[in-house]
Amino acid sequence: MTQADLYTVAGGVLFTIGLYGLITRPHLLYKVLALNVASGGVFMVFVGVARRVPGPAPDPLPHAMVLTGIVVTVSSTAYALALAKRIFTETGMATLDSADTMEGGEDAAE
Amino acid sequence: MTIADWIFDGVLVLTLVWLALRTLAGGQLFKSVVLYIAYGLLVALAWVRLSAPDIALAEAAIGAGITGVLLLDAAGHMRGSIESRSSRNLRARNQSAEGGEDG
Amino acid sequence: MAEPELRSPLAVRAAALAISGGVGALLIRALLVLPKDEAGLAPLVKANLDASGVKNPVTAVLLNFRGYDTMLEIAVLVLATIGVLSLTIAHSDKWPTVAEHAAPALSALARFLAPAMVLVSGYLLWAGEHAPGGAFQAGSVLGAAGILLALSGYARPAGMTGFALRAAITVGFIVFLAAAIGDMLIEGALLEYPADHAKTIMLAIEAWLTVSIAVILASLFISSASPVEELRRRIRGGR
Repeated sequence: MTQADLYTVAGGVLFTIGLYGLITRPHLLYKVLALNVASGGVFMVFVGVARRVPGPAPDPLPHAMVLTGIVVTVSSTAYALALAKRIFTETGMATLDSADTMEGGEDAAE
Repeated sequence: MTIADWIFDGVLVLTLVWLALRTLAGGQLFKSVVLYIAYGLLVALAWVRLSAPDIALAEAAIGAGITGVLLLDAAGHMRGSIESRSSRNLRARNQSAEGGEDG
Repeated sequence: MAEPELRSPLAVRAAALAISGGVGALLIRALLVLPKDEAGLAPLVKANLDASGVKNPVTAVLLNFRGYDTMLEIAVLVLATIGVLSLTIAHSDKWPTVAEHAAPALSALARFLAPAMVLVSGYLLWAGEHAPGGAFQAGSVLGAAGILLALSGYARPAGMTGFALRAAITVGFIVFLAAAIGDMLIEGALLEYPADHAKTIMLAIEAWLTVSIAVILASLFISSASPVEELRRRIRGGR
């Protein structure tokens, strides 16, 4: 177990948490949050694997991919949020499902 | 890697996992967004630990900053509407659970 | 714990746990059995760094070795921005035209911070050649400065909805594409920079990328966010 392994595994765990949240939370904003948490996990896997190379300097190739990935993630997040707000304005719903699976967004959990 | 390094990395990683869980398990939009911003900042710290300063710079400005304001705006936008419209039928069904909300 | 009907049904949650847990376990298992001490592509990057024209390996990968990827990612940014603008641009005329609405502290802070952020952005762009930095970092800092100015009422998004905005959003991609095609005509391969001018060309591309990324990030927020007055009313309305 090295430092790189620790962060790589943590990235896998964060991705798993994000994936679970993405499936189980009907609220659109929580889906966006879950996607962002999961993408943070993916980036951590990349940077963790980049750190595994022998020597002091990590592999720059995954770094470049993550760098562009972060900027692409924020733009897709902005687009998803714009869509979610539009859906909300038009329908008054914060979810895509029928009322049966809808959650209030303010309550639940805890 | 000294013991102090291991402790720091271990605490950082556990905090990240805990913040991710709290962000997605919570029921208050605003609170979840703030927790996510904290998550973004700590991820930037993780990039520094992994010798990736290029990514840390971008993450600090974007992950915590710009994504944060986008999410806060959306949370504000949707919260007002949750109060007035979307949760109406929920509230009828579930008066008690609405008691703890932050509206 | 809230009542079950507020969340996904128990069966859905159990299935989700099985799916995400299974995927996660496989992912972590796959990551742990990756060969140890594999050098990856780091030696290849190191060996060709001198030929790339810059000294920061990440910048060399972004702009030179894998410039094709970066160019297409800028295209994704432009597309996402077009999507956001077409959904939301109608509200931009509701933003204040002067700083009169901003809180005094925010207004003073913005006056102080924005020039510093522009300076930092310029430094990051220049430093990207040999140290951490580059177009993406510089663009994010500059974009954040734009958001700060808009929130404090100094920037007027309404004046930027026309040709100027569209030109600023696309200029980075256009310059990148023009450089790629130019290289193809001169050197015979897409994004194969002439060795003598590689650094100059990459810096020029990065400078325009910085402008585009900054305007894209700022307009993603400004065009879709609620007008300042409404935001403040909401904050005052309290939580």
